[in-house]
Amino acid sequence: MTSTPIQAPPQSLRRRLLARLYRHPRLQLLLLLAPPTGWFGAVYLGSLAILFVAAFWYLDPLTSAIKHDLTLRNFQTLVSNAVYRTITLRTVGIAALVTVLDALLAFPVAYYMARYARARTRTVMFILVMLPLWSSYLVRVYAWRVILGQGGPFEWTFAQIGIPDVVLYPSDLAIPIVFTYIWLPYMILPIYAGLERLPTSLLEASGDLGARPWMTFRRVVLPLVFPAVVAGSIFTFSLTLGDYITPGLVSNSQFIGNVIYDSQGVSGNVPFAAAYATVPVLIMALYLVVARRLGAFDAL
Amino acid sequence: MRRQILALAATAAVVAAACGGGGATTAPSIAATAAATPAATAAASTPPSAAASASEAASAAPSYSTGEYGTIKPLKPAVDLSKVGGPGEGSLNIIIWAGYAESGKNDPVYDWVTAFEQETGCKVNTKVGNTSDEMVSLIRQGGGATYDGVSASGDATLRLIANGDVAAIDPSTIPGFGDIAPFLQNAPHYVVNGQHYGVPHGWGGNTLLYRSDIVTPAPTSWNVVFDPTASKPYQGKITDYDSPIYIADAALYLKAHNPELGITDPYELTQDQFNAAVALLTQQHPWVGKYWSLFSDEIDNFKSGTTVVGTTWPYQYNDLKYTEKSPVGQVVPTEGMTGWADTWMMSSHAAHPNCMLKWMAWMITPEVQTEVAEYFGEAPANPKACKYLDATYGDYGLKNFCQDYGVNDPNFYNSIAFWRTPLADCGDSRGQTCVDYSAWTQAWTTIKG
Repeated sequence: MTSTPIQAPPQSLRRRLLARLYRHPRLQLLLLLAPPTGWFGAVYLGSLAILFVAAFWYLDPLTSAIKHDLTLRNFQTLVSNAVYRTITLRTVGIAALVTVLDALLAFPVAYYMARYARARTRTVMFILVMLPLWSSYLVRVYAWRVILGQGGPFEWTFAQIGIPDVVLYPSDLAIPIVFTYIWLPYMILPIYAGLERLPTSLLEASGDLGARPWMTFRRVVLPLVFPAVVAGSIFTFSLTLGDYITPGLVSNSQFIGNVIYDSQGVSGNVPFAAAYATVPVLIMALYLVVARRLGAFDAL
Repeated sequence: MRRQILALAATAAVVAAACGGGGATTAPSIAATAAATPAATAAASTPPSAAASASEAASAAPSYSTGEYGTIKPLKPAVDLSKVGGPGEGSLNIIIWAGYAESGKNDPVYDWVTAFEQETGCKVNTKVGNTSDEMVSLIRQGGGATYDGVSASGDATLRLIANGDVAAIDPSTIPGFGDIAPFLQNAPHYVVNGQHYGVPHGWGGNTLLYRSDIVTPAPTSWNVVFDPTASKPYQGKITDYDSPIYIADAALYLKAHNPELGITDPYELTQDQFNAAVALLTQQHPWVGKYWSLFSDEIDNFKSGTTVVGTTWPYQYNDLKYTEKSPVGQVVPTEGMTGWADTWMMSSHAAHPNCMLKWMAWMITPEVQTEVAEYFGEAPANPKACKYLDATYGDYGLKNFCQDYGVNDPNFYNSIAFWRTPLADCGDSRGQTCVDYSAWTQAWTTIKG
């Protein structure tokens, strides 16, 4: 048996690079994060910056060409014309209503899934919750138009119990109904995640100390799961706030998004659209600050 | 987020399909229904004086006779394009309403691009614009050099002219320009200070659609949508076109019913006149069941009875009556109606101006006009097309096409207030006192609340 001397492995370029990366974990991190943050910074923050700048431009009334002079006239219009306040309040109000309704509907479902359902049932429920997301948003909104519209199941049901002419399409009432349905999965899933993390021992301890179920729910479950509810509310609130398709399809009322869309698409008034678009940005920024205070980001 | 983007894309697609009406309807099937229903178009073409009897068209059975389907080859225009402009630059990039440049891919019978390319060597590249406003922003791309021309509707043309986006042309260099319908030869939506900024393409009107089983007696006036008393039975089930340009429909109504306002033109409104039109629409807002911006929405809503009376394009009427078999009628109300007229315009920075001039000359030949008019079911700008149209030229042919579309009927086309961009300049002695389009847009937002 002859012994061969151990040879140093050839230092290929690849090996050297890998070795350097191994010795410099910071470089590793930089390479890993540069593409996504670069993309995020340039495309997302860049667009936002352009949006804010464009809000101060204005449209030449005669030629409908955009003038790149800075002026406050878009914001003056927003403040002086009552209709934009109405639309903003309507949008925020319905977004808040949808959030509350979704939280009320989602909590029992999530609670059952997290605490009572067996593994098999839970899987089935998961699929059922996610199932609507497999179909097109538009299909679901159009389906609601049929359900709520003239001669639809909704009207029929009420007619059976002697209340005729309950037609909710087209109407403002249809907006929260449709939104509540559409965004419900986004509320169920975070609440489920929050409830699942809740240790059973805490509930048992509460019971052992004499708390009735309602007391346990109010004093133990709710405070611990509330951040998860707030996390879910970020989805339902922001998705409703930014939507313009559903209001246009089921009602005659406008959301902030409809005005932005019309300003941009119909009249080509990009500066005004940009000015109005800053309103939901500010609302969401405020919302996220409050949500953070409530611990929503720890629950995500 | 991704789902939202998908939904957005889907909406865009629907809008794309719908917005043909800005200039014309789009797909072959649309033209097929439009063309196969003379009773429908007869109603649309009835002059206002005879509007009372127009509703009969609603109950009249379709009595159309068609040509030999698909047996006719594309017509060969007899025009010498080599004399138009200078030598072709080899390609042509145009912005069109979907279907305005057919190369036989959708229906081999309708092909007026291939022969143009062979004749001129100009390779035609098309970009479909979905709305007038999209077309305006497209033609401005690349400093105006990206696209050579656009088939602009009247609500876009004046904006393009005022901004210097489009070039004046000398109509005498376009063979056959003299054949264009006289009322279009100097129409104010594209002729400014005696300068022609393009050549007319085709036109049509926005009629009054109603459910004939619910709206009785058949309406003859727009008062069924605007007047508090006449509209009483239908309040909550009225529909309006969801666009700022619809303010002109209210102005047209006021022109007839409130003469003291002194409205002369529904697109040239002083602040007082404009306020009156906006007030009328604001008063009407609670009665509106649903505003429509997609033609498919209007069809759905009339079918279900969600809305029963309101403005329409002839296409929706044809589809409801002949495809959906819904009880609907269509009428040209006594006050007249708004409508569209499209114009081929050339970018002032066109990279291929000669090809664009040749395209304009090509598009107004009776032969190409025939194909276009049939394919859409709209009136051709050149009445000489009637020779072929009335002989049922192609797949979508229809006997008496030109009579049904009112092509040669001055009463009919005079009754139409064609879409035009409202400008601050009233265009008459009133000077710069009129309300411009951006104010129309903001007012529309206010009306809808």
